[in-house]
Amino acid sequence: MSDTTAAIPTTSQWPSLKDLTSQVQSGKVTAVELVERALKTIGEKQDYQAIIATIAERARARAVEIDKLIADGSHVGRLAGVPFIAKDNFLVFGADTTAASNILKGFDAPYQSTAIERLEAEGAICVAKANLDAFAHGGSTENSDFFTTKNPHDTTRVPGGSSGGSAAAVLLDMAPFALGTDTGGSIRQPASFTGIVGYKPSYGLVSRSGVIAMASSTDTIGPLARTVEDAAYVIDIMAGKDSLDSTTIDRDAAGYDITSPESLAGKKIGVIKEYMGEGLDAGVKKQIETSLESLKEAGAEIVEVSLPSLEYSLGVYYIVVPAEISSNLSRYDGQRFGFSDKSAKDLEASYVQSRTKGFGAEAKRRIMIGAYVLSSGYYDAYYNKAQTVRTKLINEFNEAFKDVDFLAGPTAPTVAFKIGENASDPLQMYLADVMTVGPSLVGIPSLVIPAGKVDGMPVGLQLMAPQKADRILLSVGATAQEKLSKEQK
Amino acid sequence: MVTKEVRDQYKVTIGIECHVQLKTNTKLFAAVGNDARDAEPNTLISHICLGMPGALPVLNEQAVALASKAAFALNSVPSPFSTFDRKHYFYPDLPLGYQITQFYQPVVLGGSVDIFVDGKPKTVNITRAHLEADAGKSSHPAGADYSLVDLNRAGTPLLEIVSEPDINSPAEARAYAHELYLLMKYADVSDADLFHGNMRFDVNVSVSKTDELGTRTETKNLNSFRSVEKAAEFEVNRQIELLEKGQSITQETRGWDDAKQKTFSQRGKEQAHDYRYMPEPDIPPVQLDSDYISRIKDSMPVMPGEWRTKLSGLGLDVSQTDILLDAEVADSTVDYLEILEKNLTDKAFAKQLANWFVNIEIPFRADENNTVSLSNEGRATVYAQTAALVGDSKLSSSNAKLLITELLTHETLPESIEKYADEQGFIQVSDTGEIEKVVIDVITANPQAAEDVRNGEMKAIGFLVGQVMKASLGKANPGLAQELLRKHLQ
Repeated sequence: MSDTTAAIPTTSQWPSLKDLTSQVQSGKVTAVELVERALKTIGEKQDYQAIIATIAERARARAVEIDKLIADGSHVGRLAGVPFIAKDNFLVFGADTTAASNILKGFDAPYQSTAIERLEAEGAICVAKANLDAFAHGGSTENSDFFTTKNPHDTTRVPGGSSGGSAAAVLLDMAPFALGTDTGGSIRQPASFTGIVGYKPSYGLVSRSGVIAMASSTDTIGPLARTVEDAAYVIDIMAGKDSLDSTTIDRDAAGYDITSPESLAGKKIGVIKEYMGEGLDAGVKKQIETSLESLKEAGAEIVEVSLPSLEYSLGVYYIVVPAEISSNLSRYDGQRFGFSDKSAKDLEASYVQSRTKGFGAEAKRRIMIGAYVLSSGYYDAYYNKAQTVRTKLINEFNEAFKDVDFLAGPTAPTVAFKIGENASDPLQMYLADVMTVGPSLVGIPSLVIPAGKVDGMPVGLQLMAPQKADRILLSVGATAQEKLSKEQK
Repeated sequence: MVTKEVRDQYKVTIGIECHVQLKTNTKLFAAVGNDARDAEPNTLISHICLGMPGALPVLNEQAVALASKAAFALNSVPSPFSTFDRKHYFYPDLPLGYQITQFYQPVVLGGSVDIFVDGKPKTVNITRAHLEADAGKSSHPAGADYSLVDLNRAGTPLLEIVSEPDINSPAEARAYAHELYLLMKYADVSDADLFHGNMRFDVNVSVSKTDELGTRTETKNLNSFRSVEKAAEFEVNRQIELLEKGQSITQETRGWDDAKQKTFSQRGKEQAHDYRYMPEPDIPPVQLDSDYISRIKDSMPVMPGEWRTKLSGLGLDVSQTDILLDAEVADSTVDYLEILEKNLTDKAFAKQLANWFVNIEIPFRADENNTVSLSNEGRATVYAQTAALVGDSKLSSSNAKLLITELLTHETLPESIEKYADEQGFIQVSDTGEIEKVVIDVITANPQAAEDVRNGEMKAIGFLVGQVMKASLGKANPGLAQELLRKHLQ
């Protein structure tokens, strides 16, 4: 294991995305150099097990192309030559797409995710695929069928999940940003556990096409980055309607790129009472309170808001989401792609054996819960009731946003837990999602920014805005990050 | 065998589910071609048809428009709000592991279909009609240790039309199936090509001596009106026989063996799936505003019911009207009803036209040795002028038929149809002098018959008219010939 302090650089080797792009465009640095820099860092820090596979060959070829375009004076995009890392549930050319599952081992994507396509169209270069809990089921990467990623702040701890590989990769400076997916906190919680920025956009703002589905009604795609500005820059490129995903929404006419961050002055922030009570680690609570105090100093008005139905959000989430998971995982049947047990004697056996051997324990647990809540006789008691409460939750959030501009709270009840600490207790593991599933069920955007540390482990402040208010959330979020980072120095 | 006496003690109850393949250019959820009739296996497929990871369904708006038209055809209105659901089961021709259908909120709720059986009208109510994606096609080659899957059909848009159990005889079942065919054809929502499985019927049959419904069986995948009737007939008899023997009916899914003309058991109720229906989160609800719905309504063509009303003044019987309605859509390039419609003000001619269509042109076209080349315009001219010649007594009805069938094979019409008919020897002679000469000859040549007529045996006059026609090579006006014969034999 490499030395932890050396692994997390005090100063990043990557300037801001805008600076990096202008350096490439002006020829100050080449795309090839950036790709090599990223691949070198990935190679040096592989002990953290953040990466499942590199896409070295394709990345190098793309870098050469981009450098040639620049040399020819041709137009290059807004992320020309910028390397990035994608969570391994994005379909990307040049390496297998596995979702960290045995059942998809060796799966060669026949097309690419819209998110990847849009970034590539602006010249970005995907250099590696990051580890995750298999099919994004989990909050620690311990459910990866391959290996567990280590938290660079303390290698005995998890980096969070399911986008733990992406979070660790950014913290380890392997690339200026990474893509993650967030269904119930999978971008936000690892951002909090590793002390970086994580952004879960409004549901539908970024196309889900070509991203391996977990739960279709809450799956979102977003960046993990060092700054809110960089996250916003990436969102600006990925956001907007996609003819391949009918649930996508129009992008904001003004875009998401932050030219001058909006001030906190006069912004009313509602602190969610239910997130600050029982179950919240005292150290985390203190860090969040201190951060909110800083935002108040910067001119924000801080009030307390109560969302009583949040109490049920975890219960609702673990009915609705497994239901969708059990359905979405039906296509992994060993018949057309991925793992297929060749010893099966007939069709029925082929289904049973391929899925029994191909899926890990957590996927099976969720398939069973999902199949149960959807089965005839239980649908009304579970799924329907959960959807009713979900509607109530949406109404409560809408009501709250009539009075405040943003909602705030911690991202997770604790700092990163120890590897193995929750692994044998699925309920304990699910409880780590208690502060992130609410916004997922409601579909609102949620931003996590670093908010100091407790005993050397990072804490993330979660800021939420109404649906489609991504632009203002990012812009004010940038100001908030700036303010909090000054406090922490 | 079930005797009529026994059978009459039972009430037959039939409900029909019909899958109609919509004639969209592309599949229900993917931008790939929809017409698999001549395609090589697995060539009309995309990522979603294959159930690839990350692939999402995108609803085809044309399918919604066609389903909306079907709603009006079914005497209903499209629902302003409908949703899609997932129906789960594992099978190799269902790559997603679920069928995307409309379980909870279908695009059509309610409706009705009017049918005629033995000339009597009856209304069959429609429960619902919903959009859904078809599965692929599996085949199991005899003796092989593998099966084949063709996904060309996977994702083809279907409209499943579910009737109320309002049908009470196999004949009604057939009439209902046929009327659905006409409705889908006229609304132009489906090619309704039964041979290619564009319409498939599942027939639910039960029998009971009481008001309480008996246990039903569902015979699936019938693809002709005849098999709908025959399968229903078979099930009615089979069920009555069982009940008469004191046995009970098993609720089950049955298949139809067309060669043996028998239904057979496929799957019992205990093997019924729990489909775990779930709202489809990848497809937002379909919301149709009132403007859209009224635009669809305005785009509706004249439907069979309206045609029947329009034609009702002509005194045609139900089967003649049905032949016309069928013929109109059997070949969309050939007009019958439009030609009739233009002539409805002249009732006598319109009726004659309808009779000519039914008795001459439609059977003529049905014979594959015949080729009709004439355009709709040309046909209209032929019929109008032929009728005029008949009206002027220049053409006998049998020669009218010959003239019509002759001209139908032409690509262009002769300058003058009358002149042409004359050249062909079709024009009948109404010149009294000319016919009189023939009449005198015939009387001379047939003294016995002439004598009989003179003696009041009037049936002999028919023989003499025949002789006049023969001698004039069919050109004499038979009415005039008879008149002249009477004159000379008074």
